[in-house]
Amino acid sequence: MPFSTTGGDRVWSAAGDPHSAIVAVVEVRDLRKEFGEVVAVDGVDLRSEEGEFLVLLGPSGCGKTTLLRMIAGLEQPTEGEIRIGGEDVSRLPPRARRIAMVFQSYALYPHMTVANNIAFPLKAQGMDPEARNEKVEWAAGLFGIEGLLQRRPRQLSGGERQRVALARALVREPTVFLLDEPLSNLDAKLRAAARDDLMEFQRRIGITTIYVTHDQVEAMGMGDRIAVMDHGRIRQLGTPEEVYHHPADVFVAQFLGSPPMNLLETPGFLFGFRPEQFLPEGVAADEGTRVPFTFHVNRIEYLGSERFLYGFIREYDETRVIAMLPATVTLPISIDQDHKFSVAKDQLRFFDYDDGAKIAPQPLMR
Amino acid sequence: MTSTTRQPRYLGDNPRFLAGLFMSPAVIYIIALVGFPFVLAIIYAFTDISTGNPDLEFVGLATFRRVLADPVFRDSLWNTFLFAVVANVLVVILATALAEILIRDFKGKWLVRFLVLLPWVAPVSLATITWLWTLDSIFSPIDWLLRQAGLITENMYWLGRPGTAMTSVIAVQAWRIVPLAAVIVLAGLIAIPKDITDAVAVDGAGFWRRMFQVTIPLLAPIIAVAVLFGVILTISDMSVVYVLTRGGPTNSTQVLSTWAFIKGIEGGALAQGAAVALFLLPVLIGITAVVLRLARRREVL
Repeated sequence: MPFSTTGGDRVWSAAGDPHSAIVAVVEVRDLRKEFGEVVAVDGVDLRSEEGEFLVLLGPSGCGKTTLLRMIAGLEQPTEGEIRIGGEDVSRLPPRARRIAMVFQSYALYPHMTVANNIAFPLKAQGMDPEARNEKVEWAAGLFGIEGLLQRRPRQLSGGERQRVALARALVREPTVFLLDEPLSNLDAKLRAAARDDLMEFQRRIGITTIYVTHDQVEAMGMGDRIAVMDHGRIRQLGTPEEVYHHPADVFVAQFLGSPPMNLLETPGFLFGFRPEQFLPEGVAADEGTRVPFTFHVNRIEYLGSERFLYGFIREYDETRVIAMLPATVTLPISIDQDHKFSVAKDQLRFFDYDDGAKIAPQPLMR
Repeated sequence: MTSTTRQPRYLGDNPRFLAGLFMSPAVIYIIALVGFPFVLAIIYAFTDISTGNPDLEFVGLATFRRVLADPVFRDSLWNTFLFAVVANVLVVILATALAEILIRDFKGKWLVRFLVLLPWVAPVSLATITWLWTLDSIFSPIDWLLRQAGLITENMYWLGRPGTAMTSVIAVQAWRIVPLAAVIVLAGLIAIPKDITDAVAVDGAGFWRRMFQVTIPLLAPIIAVAVLFGVILTISDMSVVYVLTRGGPTNSTQVLSTWAFIKGIEGGALAQGAAVALFLLPVLIGITAVVLRLARRREVL
């Protein structure tokens, strides 16, 4: 058990947070960042709600890390405003913003013990040694690392390092927690455990968190809301269900989901459906409201828990699509043959032909 | 067995042959210009060979005893110590400050980098001759400036008085080594992960706290390496002292390397020169061992 079992609110207020009355919301208005010719962040508006876990998700180079670094004060915006707790902090240095940040590499000071790592922000504040030690022990207790205080970062496992980094960030009692891909340095097995730790901790102390990742599984699993970013803009901001089931545009539809949403072209607009919604005839229950397609299967991948079928749709210029059948569908499918597949009508998503934005359902001609 | 152990068809494909071929210039260079003189010096030190009497006649430790008994030896040893320690303390401070400046972005950075490297790329003797003129007893521009500023009325005779001579020699040696040390420290500074620098900013540390509690501790191993190079270059190189003062006035800037040269080559007492030169060897080996061990221990932490 990494955490003490005290109730979340009590643990937090036990430390005597003097800022608890202030609404802890990060608000970003029309934020731009240019690096020479390159526009990294291109006019972003964003409001995080009190206590929420907000994920910035996007491919590399989409501007999510730059946005986070501007909120932290590590990068100066070219234009726009950043407010934390209602106060304009755009011109303030990081230390005056009451934020804490956990870096991808954890950025622990390798020459200091764990105790000194955690105490470092307090020393910088000029806190007296007695109060400091108390605070360090409190933060260490919160993450179950009391036994590691005299070790050095080199002697710690990946998961332990993450907890030290969190303790160091937390010890100053920030209003906002900023995390920059903190799990990407861990191996897959450790990552699931670390994610669990992180979620439990966040829920318990209820601190507003902004979390940057390129991993959609992390984003879907952890985020209260997800801001999907591309080319310096937020393409969609919504709950995991919203961004997955009701993507705002073609980019979001194809970025989320693995494999991504299948997209088909028809005169005037685009439409799409998720691979798991694309089922062979006779499998789905609601036959009446389904839209039929002729699916020519080229190749099958067996992945144990599911089957991926690769092929194309006859009716739509032989557009390549993927179907994902759960292991519960045992129907034999032969390759290099046409099969009757269908999608429920309400699972079809429609997009504008020119700008790719979501549009109202359209009648399909065929 | 496998293809790696099979005899290659062409000589040019044989890794053993190629390894030997590519290493041979370095090996030949070291044997001819370092190894051979070194062995010769060891042999000479146990004889009483001189340019007047070039027979190898082994006398055991008699030559060492004679050198140690010379009062100039004790002076030179002390001067060598002073010279190396003070010059390198200066070098560490200046190089760290310079590296901290050079890692920043500013206009004309390339020019500053070029100027900083200049003392290092210029040939030692030429650069030192410039200093010889700069510190001239009559025409020194430094004296002229000080006179104009009203700080002195008489010339300083920088190289003519024991105290100022030692100061001058130390300053010029530090000036020469700073560029090398600055580049080494700069490399170390660049190697500090950006995340660490960002974490320091987020944690709210100011410049001095960052400098003394994060940057310098992280740089410690690399600074140790810079000091090692600096000390070796200061103890084993005689150019600056030889060109500026030849160890004078009255041996007040005499260091072991210049004394070995003056005694052995200029004075013709080859055996004594070799003995003085060899005296430095265990000192340098000792310093190297200590510094490398310290550097490695820091890295393990």
